[in-house]
Amino acid sequence: MSEIVPPEVRPKPAVPAKPSHVAPPSRSALLGYIGIDTIIEQMRKKTMKTGFDFNIMVVGQSGLGKSTLVNTLFKSQVSRRSTSWSRDEKIPKTVEIKSVSHVIEEGGVKMKLTVIDTPGFGDQINNENCWEPISKYINEQYEKFLKEEVNIARKKRIPDTRVHCCLYFISPTGHSLRQLDIEFMKHLSRVVNIIPVIAKSDTLTLDEKTEFKQKVRKELEACGIECYPQKEFDEDMEDKSDNDKIREAMPFAVVGSDKEYQANAKRILGRKTPWGVVEVENPNHCEFSLLRDFMIRSHLQDLKEVTHNIHYETYRAKRLNDNGGLHPISSSVPMPIKHTQVMCKPTKF
Amino acid sequence: MSWGFYVLQSQIRAFDDLLFPQKENSCLLKPLIVFGFALQQQKNLEGYVGFANLPNQVYRKSVKRGFEFTLMVVGESGLGKSTLINSLFLTDLYSPEYPGPSHRIKKTVQVEQSKVLIKEGGVQLLLTIVDTPGFGDAVDNSNCWQPVIDHIDSKFEDYLNAESRVNRRQMPDSRVHCCLYFIAPSGHGLKPLDIEFMKRLHEKVNIIPLIAKADTLTPEECQQFKKQIMREIQEHKIKIYEFPETDDEEESKLVKKIKDRLPLAVVGSNTIIEVNGKRVRGRQYPWGVAEVENGEHCDFTILRNMLIRTHMQDLKDVTNNVHYENYRSRKLAAVTYNGVDNNKNKGQLTKSPLAQMEEERREHVTKMKKMEMEMEQVFEMKVKEKIQKLKDSEGELQRRHEQMRKNLEAQHKELEEKRRQLEEEKVSWEAQQRMLEQQKLDASR
Repeated sequence: MSEIVPPEVRPKPAVPAKPSHVAPPSRSALLGYIGIDTIIEQMRKKTMKTGFDFNIMVVGQSGLGKSTLVNTLFKSQVSRRSTSWSRDEKIPKTVEIKSVSHVIEEGGVKMKLTVIDTPGFGDQINNENCWEPISKYINEQYEKFLKEEVNIARKKRIPDTRVHCCLYFISPTGHSLRQLDIEFMKHLSRVVNIIPVIAKSDTLTLDEKTEFKQKVRKELEACGIECYPQKEFDEDMEDKSDNDKIREAMPFAVVGSDKEYQANAKRILGRKTPWGVVEVENPNHCEFSLLRDFMIRSHLQDLKEVTHNIHYETYRAKRLNDNGGLHPISSSVPMPIKHTQVMCKPTKF
Repeated sequence: MSWGFYVLQSQIRAFDDLLFPQKENSCLLKPLIVFGFALQQQKNLEGYVGFANLPNQVYRKSVKRGFEFTLMVVGESGLGKSTLINSLFLTDLYSPEYPGPSHRIKKTVQVEQSKVLIKEGGVQLLLTIVDTPGFGDAVDNSNCWQPVIDHIDSKFEDYLNAESRVNRRQMPDSRVHCCLYFIAPSGHGLKPLDIEFMKRLHEKVNIIPLIAKADTLTPEECQQFKKQIMREIQEHKIKIYEFPETDDEEESKLVKKIKDRLPLAVVGSNTIIEVNGKRVRGRQYPWGVAEVENGEHCDFTILRNMLIRTHMQDLKDVTNNVHYENYRSRKLAAVTYNGVDNNKNKGQLTKSPLAQMEEERREHVTKMKKMEMEMEQVFEMKVKEKIQKLKDSEGELQRRHEQMRKNLEAQHKELEEKRRQLEEEKVSWEAQQRMLEQQKLDASR
């Protein structure tokens, strides 16, 4: 049996690296057009037909605009209680997990989007361990996928309910991260991709914004919290430079809105205040468009890959090692005992 | 004629009545009634007495004395409390040299006081700001209101002790007159922490709830939020500070306007920005400037007017008459009901006022005794000194006396000597004379 892998060791991304002992294949010039590049087209057609899943979790204290932001991101009412302000539901006593699924379509591509909300997070007086229900849920999703994978008769396409991305909403105090924020991110940054976001950022002026961001970045570094995109998974220089740019701009300061207003002869999404209209898609006003481009237009697939190849694999390795070989039915573990006996030979000086 | 005289007399009597209400004037009422001259409750004066000047006297006295006001600010960190205080009083209470609690790291909830003396137009105000850094910041916030309650109670206790002393010359009033509670602008409603805190403190201090950082909310959201908060406050039966009803038309209109806009949505700032050629205090955003003193942008002016210009005295009165009296009756009732000192460890006010006076008297007596002893000591010392001096002088005198006697004796002896000599000379001269006479006789025979 292989050695016990400590959970901190992350397996390298499962992209096949060029094996060093094999000579690089010689490049031969093509004499005519073969048509290998049509594979991209074929893949595209396939994906369009099957569609794909994306699961996003939003975490933060109540009232930070989580639902509004998700609606704005996907330009449709995908999150509950988006427009009505009446609080018919009281703040729940414990953290609940509520997931809502929608199928949205754009340009022939179908996406099954699941939004997982966590009402009650950080709202109580005593918030000890309020991240535990969330952690449990994430691990449950991994467990479900693992079980399907390990099955003898596997389904053709395993439904993917794993959380691909977790948007963590930071309250715009302007001073520093709260204790609760740090604790949550510490516990969960190794289990899921966390993207920290400064909520309701129309509270902050430009100077306050830059100052706050710097402070947050420093604190995250000091606590050793790695948010997505993680530095260790940059494959090449191009990735690294792209991701570095993103990392400099994180955490994104966003404003969400699902109401449209007239401004400059255009209809734009925004918030109307007596002293002006906050435009959601204006990069001078807030970084919503940056977040959306980053999350959806460029890194959506990457988010899924990191979740599948790294977080899921870590979980899988841990589970398999704990059980000494995963059997879908059995759970008894005779092996590790023998194993420890071998290890415990006393050494004589 | 006689009618006129009677009326005049009645007027004079009425005047008398006003100044010296004890006099028996019933006998004069008859003619007054006869003439249908009804006396009103409020007597109109015929001349200028001068007590209309009384408010001015009170005003002058209070201005000389100066005013005190203690304001407490409670809320999670990052809600703009320090900025709001700076904006309200147009001073930099929390300046870069003395950074406010938000810039300092705190582990547990603490209660900090800072005093500042503000002068304006000859009137002095000693303003004390009580801040509560660390409130609501930890992961587990149970009982984070306890330090606040303890602080308020301890101030009440100090005042109660000062009031019960025998010697009450100096009675500084450090009770908390008003508590500004900052609610985070979530837009949804009150958090459980807010509700708990307000429930525990509404009987101890005047609570004024404020919506902090109100430039986050659009006007519609703000309205909804305020309604929601007021609904929740009523639901939990929280008694926030009530503005007193007045008879004055204008004032009551003002009060109604304030009541409609509770809780007040405030924005704080002390940076000055140019808007349309005017210099205003506000916050500069890429999409506009949120002005602090604009009534349409936020309720800051209402808060400032209410807190400083119109209702400061009322806040102090309510603290004194309602909250302090509640505390006092609860404290004293606890003692007298049980008969025994139940709360022995809780400080001076465990004994009844009489016992305390006894104690004070005893203290006084011991002090007096001590003083007496000291005086006696001093007296004895002085007496000793005097005796010493007298002895010295006596000794001196004795010596001189001796000396003089010796002198005298010496002189005596001299004199005796001289006399003897004289006697001897006399005797010798006489002898000589006799010899001469003898010789003379002998010669004549």
